[in-house]
Amino acid sequence: MLDVISLLLIFSGLAFYLAGTIGVLRMPDTLCRLHAVTKADNLGLGLLASGVLLQLSDPLQMLKLLLIWVLVLAASATGGQLIARHTLDQKPNGDPPEDAR
Amino acid sequence: MKAGALLYLDLIMVILMLVLAIGALHARSLRHAVILFIVFGLVVALAWARLRAPDIALAEAAIGSGLAGALLLAALRDRRPGDDATRRAPVWQSVAVGGLVTALVVLLAWAFLEVQGGRANEPLANIVQATLHESGVSNPVTAVLLNFRAYDTLLELTVLLAALLGVMSLGPQRSPMRAAEPMAAGLIGWLIPLLILAGGYLLWVGAHAPGGAFQAGALLAAAAVLAHLGGRREFQLPGHTRLRLLAVAGCAVFTLVGVSTLLGSGVLLQLPSDWAGGLILLIELFATASIATALFLVYLGGHPPSWNSREVHPDA
Repeated sequence: MLDVISLLLIFSGLAFYLAGTIGVLRMPDTLCRLHAVTKADNLGLGLLASGVLLQLSDPLQMLKLLLIWVLVLAASATGGQLIARHTLDQKPNGDPPEDAR
Repeated sequence: MKAGALLYLDLIMVILMLVLAIGALHARSLRHAVILFIVFGLVVALAWARLRAPDIALAEAAIGSGLAGALLLAALRDRRPGDDATRRAPVWQSVAVGGLVTALVVLLAWAFLEVQGGRANEPLANIVQATLHESGVSNPVTAVLLNFRAYDTLLELTVLLAALLGVMSLGPQRSPMRAAEPMAAGLIGWLIPLLILAGGYLLWVGAHAPGGAFQAGALLAAAAVLAHLGGRREFQLPGHTRLRLLAVAGCAVFTLVGVSTLLGSGVLLQLPSDWAGGLILLIELFATASIATALFLVYLGGHPPSWNSREVHPDA
């Protein structure tokens, strides 16, 4: 039973990764691509991690896995913000942020 | 079954590395080349992890892919229009580079076979394991880097210092980016303490598990780069004197330890086994500070604007 739930979680995680990858390849501009890829990072990895979590018995390992997910969340959110900022700064005719250089 | 699955994983990784390397060399533009190179570094880090060399995997991910990637991207931002034009190298240059690379590959293959199949001498790993208890640490990689072959690490730190001096003489540093929006600023403010904490952990854990000064220094430098990207002006570089001291601290302390062992036992960098653990920690502590300073200043691409008040620089 646990294995089935585990597999379900992992495969739904993989589905998010697939969708994210297709999004990166097919979306028209950087911001849209960013939107697609952050879904893969956040939800995909979260589902994948929870799937693997069910297979572990050591609570310390579980904690490490959760920590990895949280750290990737923080890193990808920050990276996403920085990339988006750079894109907005570069756009000649897009809506520039209020306090552009 | 399990071994077979891992074999497929390894094969995919090897093919991916080759494809990424070729892609980086023949990319449409410098931008594509840099991005492919960063991805290449990450796959190489994975490969090192698979080869059970977590120390090198950490260093490759943090320095080879992370900071080198940031350096290349920053350089890309600074280039003038027209620099991107691809220039074909003359044939003799290609032939010369090809010849040298081939010679290097042959040399490495020979060294590999000598270590693996030769068996004429005892494998080095056994010697390290047998004398590990004298090194003051229980992580064999740290034992080699900071004790048995400390000489090499001292020279590495010196090379880093020399590179830093070269970059510092180029001109003023890049100006920080404009201040980040509240969301990004909050995330950066969250991430920087984590990076500092992880750096301190890697430095400490290096004594008995993968980690050490280079990985810790790279993480600290990454925290500084993040602050710079987010336009956090409260994270200022220390003043001239302290910055200079930070930059040379690693080399200086390392050399001091070396000279004192020379005076004590007559051999340069022969750490006495009773004190070795403490001395290694001391060297690594200062080396971490110097490595972080050097990597961040190299990322900034020049000296701080206040470096020389008599010199007048146009504001970059």
